[in-house]
Amino acid sequence: MKRLNESLIIMRKELKGYFNSPIAYIVITVFLAFTGFFFFKDFFYYNQAEMRGLFQTLPLMLSFVVPAVTMKLFAEERQSGSFEILMTLPVSAWDAVLGKFFAGVAFSAIMLSPTLIYLVTVFLVGSPDPGPVIGGYIGALLLAAAYTSIGLLASSFTRNQIISFITAWAACFLLWILDKVIIFLPAPFGFISYFGTDFHFQNIARGIIDTRDVIYFISVCALSLMFTVKNVEERR
Amino acid sequence: MITVDGLSKSYGDFKAVDDISFIIRDGEITGLLGPNGAGKTTTLRMLSCYLTPDSGSITVDEKKSAENTLDIKKMIGYLPESAPLYGEMMVYDYLKYVAEIRGINDDGRISEVAGICRITDVMHKNINELSKGYKQRVGLAHAMIHDPQILILDEPTSGLDPIEIVEIRNLIKELGKSKTVILSTHILSEVEATCDRVIIINRGSIVADDSTENLQSAVKGDKDIIFRVSGTDFITLKSAVSGIGGVKNVASIDGEEFTSAVLTVGHQSEVRPELFRLAVQNNWVIYEMKQEHLSLENVFRELTTGGEDEKVK
Repeated sequence: MKRLNESLIIMRKELKGYFNSPIAYIVITVFLAFTGFFFFKDFFYYNQAEMRGLFQTLPLMLSFVVPAVTMKLFAEERQSGSFEILMTLPVSAWDAVLGKFFAGVAFSAIMLSPTLIYLVTVFLVGSPDPGPVIGGYIGALLLAAAYTSIGLLASSFTRNQIISFITAWAACFLLWILDKVIIFLPAPFGFISYFGTDFHFQNIARGIIDTRDVIYFISVCALSLMFTVKNVEERR
Repeated sequence: MITVDGLSKSYGDFKAVDDISFIIRDGEITGLLGPNGAGKTTTLRMLSCYLTPDSGSITVDEKKSAENTLDIKKMIGYLPESAPLYGEMMVYDYLKYVAEIRGINDDGRISEVAGICRITDVMHKNINELSKGYKQRVGLAHAMIHDPQILILDEPTSGLDPIEIVEIRNLIKELGKSKTVILSTHILSEVEATCDRVIIINRGSIVADDSTENLQSAVKGDKDIIFRVSGTDFITLKSAVSGIGGVKNVASIDGEEFTSAVLTVGHQSEVRPELFRLAVQNNWVIYEMKQEHLSLENVFRELTTGGEDEKVK
């Protein structure tokens, strides 16, 4: 309980920090402009009351946008030296990492929330199947969490935010593209697609919440966060 | 009481701190003195639990720092070198954040500390917009907010103007009455002005560890007297002055229109009355007669350059 409290304080501070700087507004604007474009581009064309247009582009979009959100989390602290302040406060590495992680996830949730307006549009023109919509949003949060943890890990390696962004983006993009490059490989390598984020996300976005897919995202988070904590503890 | 035993820390091949041991007593202001790059900051970073030592142990009130890191962090208030703070936060928000993490949910304490550190009028400014001196004071407020038993201050007066330096020193002295303060500096006069005890570090090793007074009296070297007169030339001056008992050496220094000399005098001799009489007799006009207080500076120079020579050999 005590530990959770400290993570929450750090999370609140990080989240406030996002909205005190222009980066939050730029990232959200870019995200909404692109997703809005891709959603409405095909929406009237397909003439179906569904959110597929949004959820299909989301994994690729998030692989760009989430690293931009997470790049500063540790890199900036190392660059400015405030990392020393953070590490001499009575918080453990887990407190700091979890606080920053949840701040990133909360930011992604805030960023996703305006897309609910698309949902309103869909409801206005028809009656969508609730399964894929609910699944899509749950999947989007899980995906954002996984990408956030990867971004956080990248950020803990360097004091340079650009390096942090590019490595995180490369890792996220690789996970996204994994189940798409599988066609170039012989059949026995088909299992590789299980490691891709898009594979699991599209499963959930179909409206079927399978524990395997949920476990996949949670494992990505757990693994990345574990390495981040190790990194934070060692590199000081 | 803080006991440091056999502490070492290397960065790659470079041994920043090499097997140092010392004890810091409660309620004393201890100064960590040393030239730049001597290992002061590394030592303080280990004391504040930011760095983990390669070997050796730190014990605070019977608690080993390696095992009770969180407990020890709670007891310590730490001002890192050049006070790196969260630039985009407002001063108030920052102090509130630190207070919350330290488990203080009392706005009164924040304004109290702000008052002590004199930052009340910048509470609603972004930290980025503050001058170096104000940042330093915000850093000090951050270190004091939970009223810690132990304060670790890394170069607390660097970047401050002379008035601020005096203020901060007085504040540190005030704090030192009830708390254990460890501060690092490369400015000697700071140690003389504030510290009860001095630990001199050079190249990662301790070269002296004693009370300020003891150190001052232990190695009382010669003192210098700067003497500027008109109405004579250096040779006459030198031969006249050399006659005074206690004068060990007379050297010429640059003087625009005066005849100037530096007299090296044994530390117990008082030659200034003699110099005055001499000037009167010879009808010289004295423009300057100044005795340089070298005290700790001598100790410091002797110990640090002495150490260097040893290493060279």
